[in-house]
Amino acid sequence: MRKFKEFIIEKLVLISGLASIFFVILIFLFLLKEGLALFKFVNPLQFLAGKSWYPISEPPQLGILPLILGSLVVTIGAAAISIPIGVACALYISEIAPGKVKETLKGGIELLAAIPSVVLGFIGMITIVPWIKHIFNLPTGLTALAGSVMLAFMAMPTIVSIAEDALYSVPRSYKEGALAMGATHWQTIWRVMLPAASSGIFAAVMLGIGRVIGETMAVMMITGNAAVIPSTILQPVRTLTATVAAEMGEAVVGSEHYFALFAIGIVLFVISFAINVTADLFLHRETKKI
Amino acid sequence: MRNPKRNQKIAFFFLFLATLLIVVPVGMVVVIIVVKGLPAINWQFLSDIPRQGMRAGGIFPAIVGTVYLVLGAIIFALPIGLLAAIYLSEYAKENLLNRMIKLSIVNLAGVPSVVYGLFGLALFVVFFKFGASILSGSLTLGIMILPIIITTSREALESVPQSFREVSLSLGASKWQTIRHIVLPNAIPGIITGTILGIGRAAGETAPILFTVAAFYLPQLPKSIFDQAMALPYHLYVISTQVPNVDEKVRYGTALVLLSLVLFMNLTAVIIRYKFRKKKKW
Repeated sequence: MRKFKEFIIEKLVLISGLASIFFVILIFLFLLKEGLALFKFVNPLQFLAGKSWYPISEPPQLGILPLILGSLVVTIGAAAISIPIGVACALYISEIAPGKVKETLKGGIELLAAIPSVVLGFIGMITIVPWIKHIFNLPTGLTALAGSVMLAFMAMPTIVSIAEDALYSVPRSYKEGALAMGATHWQTIWRVMLPAASSGIFAAVMLGIGRVIGETMAVMMITGNAAVIPSTILQPVRTLTATVAAEMGEAVVGSEHYFALFAIGIVLFVISFAINVTADLFLHRETKKI
Repeated sequence: MRNPKRNQKIAFFFLFLATLLIVVPVGMVVVIIVVKGLPAINWQFLSDIPRQGMRAGGIFPAIVGTVYLVLGAIIFALPIGLLAAIYLSEYAKENLLNRMIKLSIVNLAGVPSVVYGLFGLALFVVFFKFGASILSGSLTLGIMILPIIITTSREALESVPQSFREVSLSLGASKWQTIRHIVLPNAIPGIITGTILGIGRAAGETAPILFTVAAFYLPQLPKSIFDQAMALPYHLYVISTQVPNVDEKVRYGTALVLLSLVLFMNLTAVIIRYKFRKKKKW
């Protein structure tokens, strides 16, 4: 009897262990199930490279190029801001900050990670958006730039904490070796620590970017949501995620529009999958080396 | 590189500056919301339904909705997450399957929140015909927080020293008895930490509940798990973008309640972790 009970429990444990694989596959399957139906109406190339997104005109035009470019512009902007600042902050925390300050800073960064994106979007609407409107003298501050700045803040906790881990796991002997040769602390950081932690820092950057591409609420609230191909960052844009979030409420289940939004979901899923697998490979490489 | 000492000073100054650039805005966000939101908080705001097209009144239904959603998510995710963590820490061998599971967890954590919303819509709302309901929303949120619970619980289980297990096994306890009576009790604080972090995350997310449960305006409390419900994050989104001329105070007040809820959860998690680390005997 006890043997039997153990047997049942061990099977339950195994099934739960497999649950993550199951859910990832299930998510992908259901996105495919609803999204692939679109390609009965629109060919995939037209969908990915089509220049106009007018889902409710007759017939609907379902080209997501403006949305892809919108996501790209916001993401590049956010990366340009968050990567240097994030890595620099990770260096400061791991190398320079004294013990107490270090713990406080780490807590502060964790705090930032915990703030819900809708709250950050709200804050963006009442701070960055009017500032940008004022500084650049624009008709509206709801622009790609506002989105980039706000998203940079959402990427930073990821970048800082993973890059900090990577720097922390560089063997002490590397640093001691460099210092013993007469290098200054900064020379050691720049020439020894950074290269040694490079693959972990790369993974940190990838995951930060993944967070930015997938971010929905804040971006929907502050980028203006105009589905046009952007020419500058001082223009309203609409991202892939914001499109899904804003339009799914109105799309009729089973309509082309509905299928198209799921097809966007497939694109997002594939992007995030690729980013996470790549980042994981780099993180893994590092743990093996040391 | 003529003057390494000076270069170092300049470099360190910039590193410090970068850190300030992150920390100061975070502080500002919290301060702005607290200062502007506090005047809105009173008993009526917390206990009344929204009135005058959500421009006045309270946010009680949204608070209740969020509590239900979070409870549902935890009821679903905690058992699966905990068992999965036990599998990874106690049973799994270093093989391809184990690697696949870990990769899936990483991916599950990285799936954009709006994609969870789509998935919940397709599976729970449409396919299982649960409709837009607390059940659909809770399950969607539950799958979303699964990676958090698995990862933190696994770390907690793995930090229990191997010798504890060996002693128990050598005394004739079975593998499951050892896990149940020796490993789990010692890992409880870590597991609670993970659960609380999961609650915080589930309470703050908006995109996954957009099409699975959230009601724009619903002045009564949900009666069953098949009812729609309001939720705090969605309510904040609605009153800050969809409804014109909402009193600033109501917006800030809602933001403050949501932020306090989430930060309180995280703070509790941090404190438990800290106390546990100090108390640990090994």
